[in-house]
Amino acid sequence: MEKFQSFTGIVAPLNRANIDTDAIIPKQFLKSIHRTGFGPNLFDEWRYLDHGEPGQDCSNRPLNQDFVLNQNRYKSASILLTRENFGCGSSREHAPWALEDYGFKTIIAESFADIFYNNCFKNGILPITLDMEIIQSLFEKTESEPGFALIVNLDEQSLIDSSGNTLVFELEKFRKDALLKGLDEIGLTLAHEGVIRAFETNHQKKYPWLFAT
Amino acid sequence: MSGKTLFDKLWESHLVRENEDGTSLLYIDRQFIHEVTSPQAFDGMRLKNRLLWRTEANVAVPDHNIPTKDRDKGIEDPISKLQVDTLDKNCDSYQIKEFKMSDPNQGIVHIIGPEQGLTLPGMTIVCGDSHTSTHGALGSLAFGIGTSEVEHVLVTQCLIQQKSKNMLIKVDGELKQGITAKDLILFIIGKIGTAGGTGYAIEFGGNAIKALSIEGRMTVCNMTIEAGARAGLIAVDQKTLDYVNGKPFSPKGELWEQAREYWETLQSDKDAVFDKIIEINANDINPMVTWGTSPELVVDVESKIPFSTNGKIQPALDYMGLEMGMPIKDILLDKIFIGSCTNSRIEDLREAAKVVEGKKIADSIKLAMVVPGSGPVKEQAEKEGLDKIFLNAGFEWREPGCSMCLAMNADRLESGERCASTSNRNFEGRQGQGGRTHLVSPAMAAAAAIKGHFVNVTTNWNN
Repeated sequence: MEKFQSFTGIVAPLNRANIDTDAIIPKQFLKSIHRTGFGPNLFDEWRYLDHGEPGQDCSNRPLNQDFVLNQNRYKSASILLTRENFGCGSSREHAPWALEDYGFKTIIAESFADIFYNNCFKNGILPITLDMEIIQSLFEKTESEPGFALIVNLDEQSLIDSSGNTLVFELEKFRKDALLKGLDEIGLTLAHEGVIRAFETNHQKKYPWLFAT
Repeated sequence: MSGKTLFDKLWESHLVRENEDGTSLLYIDRQFIHEVTSPQAFDGMRLKNRLLWRTEANVAVPDHNIPTKDRDKGIEDPISKLQVDTLDKNCDSYQIKEFKMSDPNQGIVHIIGPEQGLTLPGMTIVCGDSHTSTHGALGSLAFGIGTSEVEHVLVTQCLIQQKSKNMLIKVDGELKQGITAKDLILFIIGKIGTAGGTGYAIEFGGNAIKALSIEGRMTVCNMTIEAGARAGLIAVDQKTLDYVNGKPFSPKGELWEQAREYWETLQSDKDAVFDKIIEINANDINPMVTWGTSPELVVDVESKIPFSTNGKIQPALDYMGLEMGMPIKDILLDKIFIGSCTNSRIEDLREAAKVVEGKKIADSIKLAMVVPGSGPVKEQAEKEGLDKIFLNAGFEWREPGCSMCLAMNADRLESGERCASTSNRNFEGRQGQGGRTHLVSPAMAAAAAIKGHFVNVTTNWNN
């Protein structure tokens, strides 16, 4: 995984609560056996007026002009602003794959569903949780200020707008490190191979039926 | 020092080490694998030349893409076929046990695990599927993970985790006649909301939980994720032991005795401390029906769609083609789906069959289908003649799979069609783009098929 760098990005407002992973990437696209290429089908049922199928060229599909990501002012957005419980439902990692492939690096929400939140960190996406009042003020700014952008600085755990207003966000250290260093988690766990083997031997002694078949 | 919760006990017995950054390395006893969330994990492993840690800990089955009819013709959609073939190939090359599409024991992953005795009390269980919470009904710690974590478990048999908080949902009292585990969990989700359990492992306790069958408990734990919690769990009791005893892969003889002795300790201590306790009175619960696009938008069948002035429910009403104040019983249906990892076990089919026996589905119903959860469920149902009851009533009787719960195979709603479904999610487009889903119990879905609209199955509904 690549290291997470500070960046400046346009903020796209998606003003809905409980956005589920079925909405983020509908089921027909889950048939792919690859990790990449999901971006054109991100929010497929909201973004296009026709029914999408995998393998289709999306460049000629009729767009739903009312959908926020199709509006010119938000087209190059790399920060998604939304409400509570974002990413609920299915555990599909295709959801963060689609968001990342589309170009989102950060998602700001009132809260996230557990599995989705966890999946973001495996894919270089920074999910930021902020209070409802702050989220509301950000929504207002995305409406009133065309091109409203934020500097996302993970190291400082801050968001800065063009007027210099700074918001600080909380993040657990291990999650921050994983993004900043682009850690290979499997590699880190394998560094404890001996400890795992010893645990397993003892586990087998205590619960032999788990190893019987 | 206070006592431990069941979750604490399961956590501690699988704790390999506590990392310096506050996370823990947790040992995983069983990983279930299906075709949708695993191909990239196997690829990742190969790309880095990493090995499979413990072959026998993994069990695979294709279920999401599987056709539920004309199975001898194979999978028609070439992309679905490639995904299932890829699972077969990966399992063959790593010698992972797989119940292939042609295997008589094939079925939905969360049905076949417990059915085969591959899910056991006291285990840590993961799968790249959020409904892995189902397995917690047998006193195991089971939760859904993403594909990166599937790869992590394949290679290390461990996961880096942060311990969840403990929640107890205590359901006392008695469920009224005809009220099922599905009504109970829908009621709970309506009460605590779809994010109510975020950050928690939820233990379900109380008299009404003890009174449930193991299959009913699986329905409850299955939909824990719809309340925001990754894991739902229920203490081991005699019913648990009776259920596990004699399953094809459950321990036998001396090992059984040893296991049983340990499993009997798998309850929360009397003085265990929970971070949050929610009390529910089972007597309050009526048959439940969801009316919106989130499982928390649910009322009982005798109610009307609630009024709200804050505008929050309007998108759901617009999508569902419904209005505030409309009686639930006036909602007309097009299709009926009885199936999914929530409600496709033999008890579910018996309940539904009891309702439809000797009756015909309403003329207005375009399709009513029953999709058993597994080969053995189907076989048992046929032995009991349930297939005939459904077929005579006008239902289709299909082969096992996930089917129209998420419509990855050919079974789906057309835009605007309305379905009474025993599945777990009523999200926009979940059962087909533009499709409208109402989540209900098997008996409620069956009665809705007969009348063409919702009725209260606990009343004299067919008069």
